[in-house]
Amino acid sequence: MARRGGAPEVSAGSMADIAFLLLIFFLVTTTIETDAGLDRMLPPMEPPDTDVIIKEKNIFQVLINKDGRLLADDNVIELKDLRAKAVEFLDNNGDGSCTFCKGKKSPESSDNPTKAIISLKNDRETKYSTYITVQNELVGAYNQLRNREAQRIFKKDFVALEADYLNPETKESLGETEYDELKEKVKRIQDLFPQKLSEAETSSSN
Amino acid sequence: MSKFAKKKDGELPAVSTASLPDIVFMLLFFFMTVTVMKDSSLKVENELPVASEIKKLEKKERVITIYVGAPNREFQKTFGTEPKIQLNDKFADPSDVGDYILMERAKKSQELQNVLTTSLKVDKDANMGLISDIKLELRKVNALKVNYTTGSGDAFSNIE
Repeated sequence: MARRGGAPEVSAGSMADIAFLLLIFFLVTTTIETDAGLDRMLPPMEPPDTDVIIKEKNIFQVLINKDGRLLADDNVIELKDLRAKAVEFLDNNGDGSCTFCKGKKSPESSDNPTKAIISLKNDRETKYSTYITVQNELVGAYNQLRNREAQRIFKKDFVALEADYLNPETKESLGETEYDELKEKVKRIQDLFPQKLSEAETSSSN
Repeated sequence: MSKFAKKKDGELPAVSTASLPDIVFMLLFFFMTVTVMKDSSLKVENELPVASEIKKLEKKERVITIYVGAPNREFQKTFGTEPKIQLNDKFADPSDVGDYILMERAKKSQELQNVLTTSLKVDKDANMGLISDIKLELRKVNALKVNYTTGSGDAFSNIE
């Protein structure tokens, strides 16, 4: 037999069969997982300190009823206006202590972004999809303000900085000091607009 | 010259299949790297909503998954049509969630036990009552890092 430039004894015809078998095995037993979503921290179980007095104007209350209608600070609003309203609340700078805020300084709204709390309450019958959209809009409001500040200070979007920081590959590719600098930057922007989102117990209404 | 004589007959040269295993192996390697072994088959409907402000769950070993949704067609006769929780392969009640988390946490290594994230894969039509029960159970076992797993897209399309 003429040499075929490979291993002449082993017939390569069955290689394809073996490969197909393995492929079908993997196709059947594995999934491509969705691996992204909204990250949230739940409040711990211990009762909060009751001696912390929070001024009512520093709380932005969002209520969702079972039909998916929204009530924000006692005003009925549409879902698409939620992000703008949340941004307005967070950025308000009621007492003037915030140097980078661009808000209206209304005395009815929050004093400082570090004191501003958004409280979310929903009904037991509320649809999950509505809840996700509301959560998305609230997180979007925080991201919008954080992006604005990150652009002003670092000329980069906060979301991009955070994605880099969370990506496990950047830790290897950047090196110790640069990674720490990135961490510092992310922390700094996060401290400018801390995400104080609290979720109250749900109620069931009729 | 004698090599080219055959072509003039109008015969098409046979396609060499020597590279077929290579192509198949490439596909195989793709699937091996991109996918994860399913550890449970879905018994509930699980159409995830979409959101735009999402973060990736990078490290699979730090994630515990809970599925919630209405049971699939073949389970509807025995389990009804109300949304239910699925843990690993079985249906469960909210009270089982705490034990499940503790069990999964014990299986992980020491350093990972405090940084576990619970991924909630909830069907978009589930109602919030069940979710709040789950959240209460998670708070009781101190599993406070939660990720509402969604697809990527415009969040307003959830509302139709």
